[in-house]
Amino acid sequence: MAQTIAEEKCSALVIGGSAGSLDVLLEIFPDLKSNLSFPIILVTHRKSGNDSLLTDLLKSRTHLIVNEAEEKQPILRGNVYITPGDYHLLIEEDITISLDYSEKVNYSRPSIDVTFQSAAEVFKDELVCILLSGSNADGVEGLKIVEKWGGRVIIQNPDTAIMPYMPQQALNEIKTALVLNSFEMAAFINKLNN
Amino acid sequence: MISEAIDNEQIDALLSDVLEVHGYDFLEYSHASIKRRITRLYTLDNFVSFAEFRYAVKSDKQYFKRFLEEITVNVTEMFRDPGFYRSLRHDVLPVLGTYPFIRIWVAGCSTGEEAYSLAILLKELNLLQKSLIYATDINPSVLEKAKKGMFPLNYLKGYSENYLASDGTKDFSSYYTANYSLAKFDESLSSKMIFSTHNLVSDHSFNEFQLILCRNVLIYFDKELQHKVFQLFDNSLEKLGYLALGSKESLDFWPKAKEYKRVKLEKIWRKL
Ligand SMILES: C[S@@+](CC[C@H](N)C(=O)[O-])C[C@H]1O[C@@H](n2cnc3c(N)ncnc32)[C@H](O)[C@@H]1O
Repeated sequence: MAQTIAEEKCSALVIGGSAGSLDVLLEIFPDLKSNLSFPIILVTHRKSGNDSLLTDLLKSRTHLIVNEAEEKQPILRGNVYITPGDYHLLIEEDITISLDYSEKVNYSRPSIDVTFQSAAEVFKDELVCILLSGSNADGVEGLKIVEKWGGRVIIQNPDTAIMPYMPQQALNEIKTALVLNSFEMAAFINKLNN
Repeated sequence: MISEAIDNEQIDALLSDVLEVHGYDFLEYSHASIKRRITRLYTLDNFVSFAEFRYAVKSDKQYFKRFLEEITVNVTEMFRDPGFYRSLRHDVLPVLGTYPFIRIWVAGCSTGEEAYSLAILLKELNLLQKSLIYATDINPSVLEKAKKGMFPLNYLKGYSENYLASDGTKDFSSYYTANYSLAKFDESLSSKMIFSTHNLVSDHSFNEFQLILCRNVLIYFDKELQHKVFQLFDNSLEKLGYLALGSKESLDFWPKAKEYKRVKLEKIWRKL
């Protein structure tokens, strides 16, 4: 199944995660190819003020270029963009980043739903989204929209997630989703290269 | 909350109506965020069709008031980004304190939390009596709230933590009196504030300032509009005056940025 999926074009990968997702990210990133043909956008819930921590952790573990996402920054292939704490990340038609300081969604800012939806409207069926471990349901509504636009949805196997609630909620709603274990994800992402 | 997509043509048609009928120009706002605000409002208010929504915005004055309130993002906090206020306290205000009179413009002040934070700093530095804070916003409803200086009591714990993190040394609760669910801030603070509507897109410079704060407003504008607004600030800022932006905003790509010098690592620039 992974084979046929990888044949479709991928213009962007968005990964959302909450409690328990850091371990997965740290497992995935060292194994990613440095010449990925698409950008990766990361939306994770964390306390604001701790922004550089995740950036530094990832930088030391990957050959990809890791950026703390900035306002109006162009989104480029082979780059990783980390959503800063306390802002929602939106994607413009011209493939640049807009940060948004509006109400929290699902008690969260950044909200995974917000970025999944925004990415879906721009990248449509060339979008791949991954939802990782977490203990609330942020991301699930966004994935429905990704699915509606023809994007591909990957969900971390709840049985092996530290916090199964979030991936389980998503799995209940998204019937077309592909379920992967954390150790399978890097290989899957590398195969999206086109 | 997530909702059905409205397409870009519909957004443009609606915003053109708003400009034509009401004189507010949102066409140069960042598209993704304005679209999100409109979609959110459309869903929230349960319109049966986009045409009906568009008609209400166009012809119903009362509804347009709501539109304006909801389309602009009014989220704000007291002493947000304590590091920024620390820098104001230690690096900027002491310099301005050497002037006989300090004029400050808080552009996009929302419900006023930022202006009151600034007034507290000025008071602690003994500068409030010779300062005047002009607090402006596009949205008249938030200014009404700002004038009252009453903020929900349940936020005050967080604000007090921010205040302490910004090197505040007083007992934060000495600045307000609790009144049921609201904290009413001391009138000595608001006595040095002037509130007025001002639209950064279409209104002109109205004074010369030594300090302009415009934080978390420009993220909603596209690049060209940001540059126009920087020019407006440039016209409104004295030589050696300071311009402060939000933590995710920057002067860097503006052609005249070379005429400004960054203050340490904060989003504060000094006009040379
Ligand atoms: C997110 S709030 C920022 C409040 C405060 N400065 C802060 O950083 O906490 C943005 C404010 O900008 C105002 N605004 C949006 N467009 C504007 C315009 N064209 N002119 C003036 N104010 C505007 C909104 O009404 C809103 O109150």
